[in-house]
Amino acid sequence: MNKVGYFPGCSLSGTAKEYHLSLLEIAKIAGVDIIELEDWNCCGATAAHSLASTLAVALPARNLAIAEKMQLTDVLVPCAACYSRLAQAKYEMKINEKYKTLIPQLIEMDYNGTVTPLTVLDFIQKYLIDNLSDKFVNKINAKFACYYGCLLTRPEHLSTIERREDPQIMEEIIAKAQAKSIDWAYKVECCGAGLSMTRTDIVGKLSARILNDAQMRGADAVVVACPMCHSNLDMRRPEINQNLEFKTDIPILYITQVLGLALGINPKNLGLDKHFVSTQRLISKVEKITVEV
Amino acid sequence: MARIGVFVCHCGENIASTVDCEKVAKIASSFPGVVYSVDYKYMCSDPGQNLIKEAIREHKLTGVVVAACSPRMHEPTFRKVSAEAGLNPYLTEMANLREHCSWVHFRDDTTTEKAAELVRVLVEKVKHNEALYPIKVPVTKTALVIGGGIGGIQAALDIANSGHKVIMVEKNPSIGGKMAQLSETFPTLDCSQCILTPRMVEVAQHTNITLYTYSEVESVDGFIGNFKVTIRQKAKSVDHKACTGCGLCIEKCPIKKIPDEFNAGLGTRAAIYVPFPQAVPNKPVIDREHCTYFLKGKCGLCKKVCPADAIHYEQQDELIKVDVGAIVVATGYDIKHSDFFPEYGYGKYPDVIDGLQFERLASASGPTLGVIKRPSDGKEPESIVFIACAGSRDPAKGIPYCSKICCMYTAKHAMLFKHKNHHGKATVFYMDIRAGGKMYDEFVRRAIEEDDVNYVRGRVSKIYERNGKLIVCGVDTLLNSRPVEIEADMVVLATAAIANSDAEELAQKLHISYDPYHFFSEAHPKLRPVETNTAGIMLAGACQAPKDIPDTVSQASGTAAKVVALFSQNELTREPLIAYVNNNTCVGCFLCQSVCPYFAIEKEEIRRRDGSLVKVVAKINPGLCQGCGTCVALCRSKSIDIHGYTNRQIYAEVSALYNRREYAGV
Repeated sequence: MNKVGYFPGCSLSGTAKEYHLSLLEIAKIAGVDIIELEDWNCCGATAAHSLASTLAVALPARNLAIAEKMQLTDVLVPCAACYSRLAQAKYEMKINEKYKTLIPQLIEMDYNGTVTPLTVLDFIQKYLIDNLSDKFVNKINAKFACYYGCLLTRPEHLSTIERREDPQIMEEIIAKAQAKSIDWAYKVECCGAGLSMTRTDIVGKLSARILNDAQMRGADAVVVACPMCHSNLDMRRPEINQNLEFKTDIPILYITQVLGLALGINPKNLGLDKHFVSTQRLISKVEKITVEV
Repeated sequence: MARIGVFVCHCGENIASTVDCEKVAKIASSFPGVVYSVDYKYMCSDPGQNLIKEAIREHKLTGVVVAACSPRMHEPTFRKVSAEAGLNPYLTEMANLREHCSWVHFRDDTTTEKAAELVRVLVEKVKHNEALYPIKVPVTKTALVIGGGIGGIQAALDIANSGHKVIMVEKNPSIGGKMAQLSETFPTLDCSQCILTPRMVEVAQHTNITLYTYSEVESVDGFIGNFKVTIRQKAKSVDHKACTGCGLCIEKCPIKKIPDEFNAGLGTRAAIYVPFPQAVPNKPVIDREHCTYFLKGKCGLCKKVCPADAIHYEQQDELIKVDVGAIVVATGYDIKHSDFFPEYGYGKYPDVIDGLQFERLASASGPTLGVIKRPSDGKEPESIVFIACAGSRDPAKGIPYCSKICCMYTAKHAMLFKHKNHHGKATVFYMDIRAGGKMYDEFVRRAIEEDDVNYVRGRVSKIYERNGKLIVCGVDTLLNSRPVEIEADMVVLATAAIANSDAEELAQKLHISYDPYHFFSEAHPKLRPVETNTAGIMLAGACQAPKDIPDTVSQASGTAAKVVALFSQNELTREPLIAYVNNNTCVGCFLCQSVCPYFAIEKEEIRRRDGSLVKVVAKINPGLCQGCGTCVALCRSKSIDIHGYTNRQIYAEVSALYNRREYAGV
């Protein structure tokens, strides 16, 4: 059985619980063992790197050091923001001589740089998709708009995605699950990100442009791989609708939930009842693939 | 007994600001063997040179050390000075006080001391110098021009018109290059074909020019004045001697949907084709990758209809060996294509095109006969956005350099569009406008002021399609850095100019150096811009760096002048700083032969008077040896040495450094 470390971060143990649930469900079917890091800590988020550059490396580096100690080589970091911090810490530890000696002292742990943080998309590509290919029992009769946002595609030196300005990896994953995706214009635009709390009006405006384009081009749902994108597009729907000429009820799904539906997992186990915008209409478009004998 | 003269140069402030030159000259006068030592402000100037000449005569010097700049800069100058004063030029050496000392240290006593040490090393070396005499090699007075674009054409005509033979090799079926594809040219807007095609014809008809189209350089051996080149004449499958160019075969060929290279993929051509109606030679070749006969062994229609029986399917690639004395490389450039711009949807949206495609749309000989129509539906666009710097000056894209031609051709494109469509809207997104050149800035101002082209200073972040329109999202940095969105019917990307994909391979065949972007390197960026570091090989045009037509033509004429100067002599003189073998000690192991990078080592049989063999020893071909010294390092019987850098000379230099305390009296 494949073993992969798992760094849930604050979102997946809180507001993005459904991301966590659906991830564990599909990993189970693929036969991949997800091992949560013991005693993990906050990735530092925006606060640390805006205030203390050393802390911004030390916090995520400690998580990488824990994974090292647990003899893991890959660590899944489903939250795109956490991924960005862990990947940046690994990058800094490689290029910055000062940190190489300072950080291990601060975190009181060895750090050798043997652990690679993985985005959920890289994780699905590397560990899941080949094991799942014959297990898709449902067909989703819907068109998805795959939304990447900023932290999966930027900054350049951390992104593992090809064609960063017009990425295709999510579309490829969706296609393997027999679902269709649309070509659209806003897949790497900003959703408003961390302004979610302080400037909801800006989030409303930016996210509205994204959902407007998805809806106009006939998408039935938007697929995301980041809890921040999800909460902005899903939770801030009233503010978004204020910026639109029409009201949209397009649901926002995690890519793990879409795969879960195609794998025939009960929507409830995928946390599809935990969204602000109802996913019912989308769930009704899922049908069993009948194999003719 | 050695009588050495030391001449310390101040190089203005370059050396004198950190080194006490007077003191260096004084210290040098105490070195054993030095009979004359002096310092002067500019040793390379006329009075400086005279100073050396007079000293040589007056003090009967047997060796000269000039302590100045790099020998790369002025060794030839000072050796010439010695020769003029009657001293063998190879008895003059240079101590590099500028690059090796003054430029890299602060003013300090130790800096001056180091300068004196550098002089002393060379004084010890020059005591062991021997008089050497230049090597004479014959010159083959034929030039090879690689590439038949405007650069190659200009060079070939200039050389041919001065009475020398030229062999031109062009890889495409016709000469003409990129310039033949252009519609009008900046800054005068005269038609590209009208000024180019007469010259193409001139090349074809010139009695001094032999033209090989559809050919490539296979290999290059030899050296300046004596290159041996093998040309691969690709099988044309058509006998051009018999062919009358009637075009019946092209008309009848059933495979007609091949993207046309000449029209930058905007038109189609047949499998047997002439690239464009004004091609030189105006006779077809068969594209074997697409021809049904070559793919499936059936068809043969062209052969059936050919009234001259000129179609020869069985034709093979032919290797042609030629001897040439000089080579002009004029292979041109390419532009970035395809998947390089996912944010601009290039390759995804048919109406996002590159500059060369726009040229074809605007050209009277193009697929739309000069009416600008968009590729997707053939409609005439009302609004076109032009993006300068698509890839260029973008380190994130791996192209930090400026492509140089785009500012001008983008202004031209916008102007051509406005001239053809008065009510059309042309918008140019730019970073800076780089319009240095005669009448260039005026041209751009004309586009802005008279032709009402809207210039927006800022970059485009993305382009997407909405309701059949291309939405161009960018920023206007002069308008309070606001985001702007422009609806366009067509977008033209001034994509970066890049080196040809096979440039690296060609450079390796020619033994010339190239930069990280595979543009070929000139010998000196300012003072030797048309020569390469390999003697006898010159560069013309955009294969060296992105360049417009006037610059290419000037450089091409420059190469021609260099070639003609080379051909003005019957013999070439080469520096005699090459390896030589001591026949008495050589054991004939030929380890040297296996390591020589220039294939300069041959076998020589030593025989008695009666003809019986004594032994076989190594022999250096003086024409090929470059004096790199690899053989010297490997020779196990210490039988090879290099003139001017003998083991004895190097040893004298090293010992001088080793024994420095003794001399300095510390």
